[in-house]
Amino acid sequence: MDVALRIAGTLPGKIGRNRLLAAGIAVVLSIALFGFVGRVFIDPERADVGGGGPSKPPAWMSGGQPGYFLGTDVQGRDVLADVILGTPGTMRVGIIAGALGILIATILGFTSAYYGGLWDNMVILATDVLMTVPALLILIIIISMVSGLSLEAMALFIALLAWPGPTRAIRSQVLIMRERAYIQVAKLNGMSDVKIIFKEMIPNLFPFLAAGFVGASAGAVLASIGLHALGLGPHQQPSLGLTIYWAIQFNALIRDMWWWWTAPIILIVGLFLGLFMISAGLDQIANPRLRTRV
Amino acid sequence: MTLDYVLRRTSLLVVVIFLAVSLNFVIPRLSPINPIRQRMQQLAEQGGVNAGKMDKLIAAYEKKFGLDQPMWKQYIRYWGDVIRLDLGSSITFFPAKVKTEIFRAMPWTIGLLLTTSAIGFTLGTFFGAALSWPGMRRFATIAIPALMTLSAIPFYLLGFALLYLLAVVWPIFPFGGGIDIGQTIGLDWATVTSIFRHALLPAIAIILGAMGFTALGMRGMMITTMGEDYINMAEYKGLPDRVIFFRYALRNAMLPQVTGFTIGLTQIMAGAVLVELLFSFPGVGFLLFRGVQGNDYFMIQGVVLFIILSVAIGLFIMDMLYPLIDPRIKYRRS
Repeated sequence: MDVALRIAGTLPGKIGRNRLLAAGIAVVLSIALFGFVGRVFIDPERADVGGGGPSKPPAWMSGGQPGYFLGTDVQGRDVLADVILGTPGTMRVGIIAGALGILIATILGFTSAYYGGLWDNMVILATDVLMTVPALLILIIIISMVSGLSLEAMALFIALLAWPGPTRAIRSQVLIMRERAYIQVAKLNGMSDVKIIFKEMIPNLFPFLAAGFVGASAGAVLASIGLHALGLGPHQQPSLGLTIYWAIQFNALIRDMWWWWTAPIILIVGLFLGLFMISAGLDQIANPRLRTRV
Repeated sequence: MTLDYVLRRTSLLVVVIFLAVSLNFVIPRLSPINPIRQRMQQLAEQGGVNAGKMDKLIAAYEKKFGLDQPMWKQYIRYWGDVIRLDLGSSITFFPAKVKTEIFRAMPWTIGLLLTTSAIGFTLGTFFGAALSWPGMRRFATIAIPALMTLSAIPFYLLGFALLYLLAVVWPIFPFGGGIDIGQTIGLDWATVTSIFRHALLPAIAIILGAMGFTALGMRGMMITTMGEDYINMAEYKGLPDRVIFFRYALRNAMLPQVTGFTIGLTQIMAGAVLVELLFSFPGVGFLLFRGVQGNDYFMIQGVVLFIILSVAIGLFIMDMLYPLIDPRIKYRRS
């Protein structure tokens, strides 16, 4: 894996030079820190129903309760405590589903492009089928029929449908790469297929795979929020999607309780923008020709 | 159009339909949840069990599932039901048929989605093309980050901001629903304006969502096309910029956009479900939400199957029409 290490070693320099990537990482890290460090400063019980008085505006407004910076929701949850506890939950779904999705995609993409034949046709058919069906709808049928689901289990189900797009992208990259001179040289030198994949191809595709992971994670977060908004998915573990669900259920909009729904939405939008910038920045590294265009 | 292309595309459609129907058959049978028992418990807790109605419900359920019969017979029977579009009865609104509910909601969704995705696609395509025009460079430096932001944010979240600003803080638009309460639907001016006023906010949310990625895709395609040899050729011939832009670059760059549109449509469909829920717009997506809320499993499964099949057939029709727009595909052989 020395090649991989060498490529990973050049990444800090590349991140420094690539402003889009650096900004994206900064945004996602600060949202993660908000969740992980924030929980040190809050009382988790405040995020439970009845943690504070119901429907109070933020502390700095008239009628606000001191100590409740973002006010409370209809059932008395402290909105700040709720989103602090919910942020890691939402990010966890993205990381688990994104990582598993890109792992499946890498295995299928590499094997189908490398070995071709019947296996390749089967993989293409499977991706074609899944790409014509809106994944959210399949998730709705599956998750509505599963009781007592945890966020992690939901992430696994989402991962099962997160691989078709990345599989096709990786497959086409491997098809191009397979014809490159240095791969041909490695083959003529008698290097085994496995070695070629791990020592030559994966290190070179690393920025591309990383961009795929980020894209799959964003898709998973999107799906989890969609499921939550519909009322599916776990109601016991806090997550940003669940906060939005309660806000819709209790008509936060028409009650003019803007602090209730803006907090999770700002975090989610920030997360999506950060992930998008990371993925666009990685694309620029993977495909230098893009750099001059944007 | 080669026969090969038609055959391949048709077999994909058949596989999608087969799998969607089979999934809908298998998942409820794997699940430990028994919808009818759950509903009975729910009613018993509320203390409002209407024994006569309950018996009818159970009888209908047993007949529908034919649970005493072997699995393969159940499966064949299920296919028969699907072909006759018999998706069973709603549990919450028994004895209302799932099919009737879907047909009642469908015109709303089709009306909203077809118009908005067509508008979003057209606006996005022309906006993206305009951004690649050399004189627009300064404008593009502002517009491109804005479009990227727009395409990165899920469009139903934009709906929150739209609803709050334009229906709560500054109430120019109705807060939700499809038509004014008490307004009878007829072919008159009042009906049309009422529907239009209700549909406008969800429409804007979907249009903005569809515009972001089509505009970015179109701009990328235009830049690639502008580098092609035939564009250079046209320049050397001394054709005016306007002719090169519209007749040479735009027309060719638009073709891949059509394929992009079909892929984007499945995403728009999923997002539209959530937009309908947010705006309580009386379409198929809202029906799905009500199904989830009421643990109405037959409704959920019926609506999902219906949407998957409509999207699959819609995409199939578009793929069949595609060779008519792009003559090059006629000569393609695989």
